[in-house]
Amino acid sequence: MTLITTQTTSPRRLGDKVFLGLSRGAGIMILIILAGVAAFLAIEGRAGIFGDTEEMSGSDSFLEYVGPLVFGTVYAATIALLFAAPLAVAVALYITHYAPRRLATTLGYVVDLLAAIPSVVFGIWGITVLAPLLTGNVYPWLNDNLDFIPFFSGVLSTSGRSMLTAGLVLAAMILPIITAISREVFMQTPRLHEEASLALGATKWEMIRQAVIPYGRSGIISGAMLGLGRALGETMAVAIILSPSDGYFWSVLTNQNSNTIASNVALEFPEAYGLDVNRLIGTGLVLFAITFIVNAFARRIANAGFSGADG
Amino acid sequence: MSATMTTRPDRNPGADVDELVRPRISRALHTSIITASVLVALAVNALLGDVKWGWVVMLAAPVYLVAIRVAARLIEDRRQATDRTVTAIVTMSFLLVMMPLISVFWTVISEGAARLDGTFLSGTMRLTPEELMSQRDGAAVGGAYHAMMGTLIITGLAAAIAVPLGLFTAIYLVEYGRGKLARAITTMVDVMTGIPSIVAGLFAYALFIIVFGPGSRTGVAGGVALSVLMTPVVVRSAEEMLKLVPNELREASYALGVPKWKTIVKVVLPTAIAGILTGITLAIARVIGETAPLLVAAGLAQDTNYNPFDGRMTSLPVFTYYQYVQPGVPTEAGVQRAWAAALMLVIIVAVLFTLARVLARVLRPKGLQ
Repeated sequence: MTLITTQTTSPRRLGDKVFLGLSRGAGIMILIILAGVAAFLAIEGRAGIFGDTEEMSGSDSFLEYVGPLVFGTVYAATIALLFAAPLAVAVALYITHYAPRRLATTLGYVVDLLAAIPSVVFGIWGITVLAPLLTGNVYPWLNDNLDFIPFFSGVLSTSGRSMLTAGLVLAAMILPIITAISREVFMQTPRLHEEASLALGATKWEMIRQAVIPYGRSGIISGAMLGLGRALGETMAVAIILSPSDGYFWSVLTNQNSNTIASNVALEFPEAYGLDVNRLIGTGLVLFAITFIVNAFARRIANAGFSGADG
Repeated sequence: MSATMTTRPDRNPGADVDELVRPRISRALHTSIITASVLVALAVNALLGDVKWGWVVMLAAPVYLVAIRVAARLIEDRRQATDRTVTAIVTMSFLLVMMPLISVFWTVISEGAARLDGTFLSGTMRLTPEELMSQRDGAAVGGAYHAMMGTLIITGLAAAIAVPLGLFTAIYLVEYGRGKLARAITTMVDVMTGIPSIVAGLFAYALFIIVFGPGSRTGVAGGVALSVLMTPVVVRSAEEMLKLVPNELREASYALGVPKWKTIVKVVLPTAIAGILTGITLAIARVIGETAPLLVAAGLAQDTNYNPFDGRMTSLPVFTYYQYVQPGVPTEAGVQRAWAAALMLVIIVAVLFTLARVLARVLRPKGLQ
């Protein structure tokens, strides 16, 4: 490759220069855009974060305003991850190791398609189908029998606009993403590892535990973290389903729930004016920071790569 | 452990015919275990009251799980029992996950089909008083033409920014990029992948109020917001595809004295074009359903707006959202429009996905895996 860099005739050199300039420029543009995202959010958000709270509606300080939102964001995303991660890994295993070969390709396609279903569709499905179903069958039982656990106590929401419904819909949304990533790493398991394990007489599950899981562990974790990142920033499904209140709420079945940052922006932004707009942009900056940390963490795990030996 | 050793059943009562073949649960037995589990669940359900199929399935699953485990312990051995249990759990998880997803499709199709008609495709939400009156009487009025145009314009703008930007960045990373700058770009593309969509919307809003004044919401702002989300997807997929182009092709071209830029344009890109187009199509499918950034940056309008630089512009996802949360009078009318728009979004995404697959197959260069 390095042999070719010297050219003799000038038009050629010009062509190369222009092309290199274009592609390098595009790369630098990406850096500028990203810096721009942080910078513009900071500039417009500053007035909302440090500005005079007298001119804003509601809370006394920005921290007081954003605190419950951060809590709600993390809470909803955690519920989603708790349900989605184990199921997603199981589905990925099913597609790669259990499903008939012919079906596997189609299933992979279906999972990818599901990852692209717009969140607003999941949102209105959640509130019309899932919420009544759970409110009719599952939630009363949880509320009656398990109310000694703080999560399930409180006055049951009759509409199902609760944290658990929102978390479950988020789980359905991030599941395809985690599945897609896990499926990819499971497919990359060296064939020889699998065959060696089977040749020693391992059952399928023993083979998966010995060869597939250790090889794919970092992939599963980074996939789950990416799913968490997606759940943290997911807006419309939560905005449509959750019935928000101001404050911190642990119970997942009631009408009183801490809103998420993204959903709060979606609900408040269209009607907001003045410094309230800046404050919402400020919360956007906080959300950006949270997802940045989670994604950075995911990348570190992913880059650590295959560490099967320690398993 | 010791318990399992003692309870281990006498192998193969049928005999010493073949010591090497372990007894296995036969297919017929397996089928009867499944049938029996369903019947047990059905019976329990019938005894307790009305038969609800959802509960039957929910009950049959654990019954089967126990039954297959016990059967495997009796006929096979402990390891096989674990294996069968895991197989059952994995398969059930898969079926469990499929249920909500099938339900989403089913609901969208059955609810959306009602209003996906001519009026919906050609009308807007700027309704005359007469139309509003007839809506009260249950007539199907109002449509999403303006929202479709908005989606087309905004997504077009996003693609016009993201495709060249993403493609050239990928070319830089694969063909030129060495050293610090390339590493920084790779990291930043990763960071960009993780930007929540609403943050992209807030960014575009914050950027364009400088140009158009405070409170402004425009189509171009929406396009920029979507391009922020789309660019990293294009970069990633194009990068993967360019990396797949064998180095021999480049070297052959260089050996013939072809300059590098021409090699990229005439050799590398055509070889990878199938994958790149597939990636771009999928990237469009990803952003076309984005609601949150457009809610913030492009806003809502009742009528068609073809000018992305002036005034609010509705898109299909935002239309869906508002028709659902602010359905008007009677509620039915708005909700039906919301479902019709949701169905349209799902159809668009499915068509784009199929298109991506077809592109990948049709354009794949001969002789390359």
